[in-house]
Amino acid sequence: MTGPLIEARGVTRILDGEVPTTLIAGVDMSVAPGEFLAITGPSGSGKSSLLYLLGLLDVPTSGEVIIAGHATSALDEDARARLRLETLGFVFQFHFLLPEFSALENVMLPMRALGRWPAERMQERAHEILASLGLAGHTHKRPDQMSGGQRQRVAIARALANDPLVVLADEPTGNLDTASTAQVIGILRDMIAGEAGKAVVVVTHDLGLAAQADRRINIIDGRVAVPDPSPVSDVTR
Amino acid sequence: MSGMRGLVFSIALTHIRARMRQTLVGVMGVAIGVGFSVMMAALMEGSQNDFVAQLVDSLPHISVTDEQREPPRQPADIVYDAAEIHGLTTRVLRPGIKNPFAIMAALEGWLPGTLAPSVQWKAVIRFAGRDTAASVTGIDPRREMNVSKLPTQIRSGSLDNLFKASNAIILGDGLAKKIGARVGNSIVVTAGSGNTISATVVALSHSGVSQVDDTQSYVLIKTGQILAGQTGLVNELRVKVRDVMQAREVARRIEAETGYKSVSWQEAHEDLLSAFQVRNIIMYTVVSAILMVASFGTYNIISTITHEKTRDIAIMKSLGFASRVIRQIFVVESMMIGVLGLLLGWVLGVCMTWGMGFIEIKSPFMDSTHLPVLYAPAHYVIAGLVALSASVIAGYFPARKAASLQPVEIIRGAS
Repeated sequence: MTGPLIEARGVTRILDGEVPTTLIAGVDMSVAPGEFLAITGPSGSGKSSLLYLLGLLDVPTSGEVIIAGHATSALDEDARARLRLETLGFVFQFHFLLPEFSALENVMLPMRALGRWPAERMQERAHEILASLGLAGHTHKRPDQMSGGQRQRVAIARALANDPLVVLADEPTGNLDTASTAQVIGILRDMIAGEAGKAVVVVTHDLGLAAQADRRINIIDGRVAVPDPSPVSDVTR
Repeated sequence: MSGMRGLVFSIALTHIRARMRQTLVGVMGVAIGVGFSVMMAALMEGSQNDFVAQLVDSLPHISVTDEQREPPRQPADIVYDAAEIHGLTTRVLRPGIKNPFAIMAALEGWLPGTLAPSVQWKAVIRFAGRDTAASVTGIDPRREMNVSKLPTQIRSGSLDNLFKASNAIILGDGLAKKIGARVGNSIVVTAGSGNTISATVVALSHSGVSQVDDTQSYVLIKTGQILAGQTGLVNELRVKVRDVMQAREVARRIEAETGYKSVSWQEAHEDLLSAFQVRNIIMYTVVSAILMVASFGTYNIISTITHEKTRDIAIMKSLGFASRVIRQIFVVESMMIGVLGLLLGWVLGVCMTWGMGFIEIKSPFMDSTHLPVLYAPAHYVIAGLVALSASVIAGYFPARKAASLQPVEIIRGAS
């Protein structure tokens, strides 16, 4: 894949209501293969809303989001869900693991939904990902039997389960201590380093995390702030 | 797609296993609904079948009488377009069935059953100063066993005793009790024709249907003809068919061939059978209502689970689960509750029906000693289908609501 993995063209999101609220206003941006992109901005600026639009969790009021060359505005909800399942992985501030399932089952969940691999391969792959994140001994633990850092690593493992093109992370280190934060950043970086053509988009207000990104987009009042505070030119690994 | 089905099933199973108490309440709701429905159906249809069986057994399946449905046309009516006839008096004598034995021979050629001739007459029976109206049936005891259960219904004597005394009579036990007569007593029988005989009670009969036992008496066919004052009279052919449900068709054919009014047991009890139909409609309405009420429990549980699982639904959708899959998860949960309840309900239904069969009753019309019950697979299938459908519907609405949830709203709220 040589073109952008994700592209936003004039994306606007207005929340309906008695007083319509503009969350995102005419954002143009793209995510290139191999890129570690940080979206920053003050609280309430719309950075998470932009991530949800890029990740097809939300539908723009106007504009277009293009994922791996597929225009998405005409897709119905199920088709968007399918595209999300095949190409994107999500990590949220809260781990959002299913509480009744073990770490292994949580990681297998998107794989089973996609059905790309046979059952044995899915299990094998889930074990491999968990082991690579240092959770080999925790595969059968339920979320309530793990620490916050472990849960977040399981959530990352789940995001990586279907071998997505882009991992979208919304404040992934927001609830973690310093050691766990460093570990999570390392994992996300490794993902891009390990395979060509992948990208990571992180929403954060943590300047330390943002500083480690290849490029940073600052969002203020739903718009991309100009000038870009830390432009990184031609990220083409 | 089987992988997706497995996933749906495992998530659904995990959800309901994690809420054992709620699940159990839902399962019990369906089980009680199914159990009571099955028991009610078993009781209703059991009592109905028991009643019909006794009714059918106590009377001929088809009665061919010397009457016609339409009065015969007068010759003057046939010849002239308009005719007025004066001064006719109705014959006192009953016409009887003409050439009864030739007709019987013709019918026996194709009839899927057996038949016997008889003489029917109304009479007043007098004993010890007490009078009561009764039906007197003149029968041929050797043929009677082919058309009725009378031989097995004889108490205090036997059917052959009719041959052992001149003017012997068998009284229904209710009738005997009414006039205080016992076997060996001599009673006076006065027929509607005015003929009176003195008869000896040689046995009592008991059919179990009070209406019959309180009014019916039997004499030899010859005695009946003496009472009627018409030698050789046969005014009724009584038919027993092998398949009682065929009686209506057979009666229609007999009437077409002989010209005599031929009444099947269904026609004779049309009003009763239509009352049973009404009763069945009421029963199935009540049964459906019970199961619908049980399904509200399932609806509540699935609603609660979808409410509690809002965040999980959002996360599954954010992972890429289609709305259809989310809907399936909760419908499958509902079906699991339905199936478990259904199986338990069947067991409960069998047990309760079995228990009901032990309850003793005293009916003024019948002499059943226990509640009659019917174990019919159809009851279990119908209750099962209604319970399952109700469970699916009960699960569908909360499932649809869950599937329409927008994940971003939940994730935004939780972040």
